[in-house]
Amino acid sequence: MLTCKQTAQLVSLSYDKRLSWPEQLGVRIHLLFCDACRHFTRHMRFLREATRRFALEQPETDNHARLSPEAIERITLTLKQHG
Amino acid sequence: MPFSQPEHWLEQHGDALYRYAYFRLRDRAQAEDLVQETFIAALQARQRFAGRSSERTWLIGILKNKLVDYLRKSFRERPLAELIENESEIDVLFDASADDHWKNPPADWMNPIQALESKQFWKIFMECIEALPVRQAQAFSLCELQGLEGEEACKVLGIATTNLWVMMHRARLRLRECLETHWFSRGAR
Repeated sequence: MLTCKQTAQLVSLSYDKRLSWPEQLGVRIHLLFCDACRHFTRHMRFLREATRRFALEQPETDNHARLSPEAIERITLTLKQHG
Repeated sequence: MPFSQPEHWLEQHGDALYRYAYFRLRDRAQAEDLVQETFIAALQARQRFAGRSSERTWLIGILKNKLVDYLRKSFRERPLAELIENESEIDVLFDASADDHWKNPPADWMNPIQALESKQFWKIFMECIEALPVRQAQAFSLCELQGLEGEEACKVLGIATTNLWVMMHRARLRLRECLETHWFSRGAR
């Protein structure tokens, strides 16, 4: 049977490529017996959904979310030169 | 679709473009430079703007290409060893003396989807992305945020697919742990 370490790796990999039949089966069997890896699998699904939302909506927050005043000044100047 | 004067671009789109670049590069100075390059390229290509999309979408399209170009260059300048770092990063999460079980088993997050409606959650989410090692964050955003297919991403980054998979796995493990620590294990929200 797969270990938790191997299972986590395969679950993560399933987001990058299609797993082989034996790999899929191995994961399923492990998940039947392992709460922690079942949680991990749900977390990966959640992570994918959160990332997708993040990419689509660009939620606003306060951390580094704005151009600095210096950058604004610099870009304004450059645009004038090119305009 | 109306097309505003370039002098208004910065005001109207500057911060949005910056955010877009910053969370895909995790480098403030570089993100600012790319915003500037985007505006310059847009200025030069102004006549070709067909108005089929919004001005914002058009600018983001230019920025996307600049981002990929930047990653293509900067990734290749780094030795591969540095990208892959050391194996132990994953090993420490598992107990080798007990069949590689989780040292800290992932918890039940109950109803995580609710978190997506919380502004506070997104703050934590961004902080967790910021806490990733830079190259991991860049590879992660290229695949997960830019939506590049694995092979395409590998071509851009100049690495083998197996290396990309390792980086992605590590990024996911770190993000998962970070979200659990800073959001989901902090009791009911």
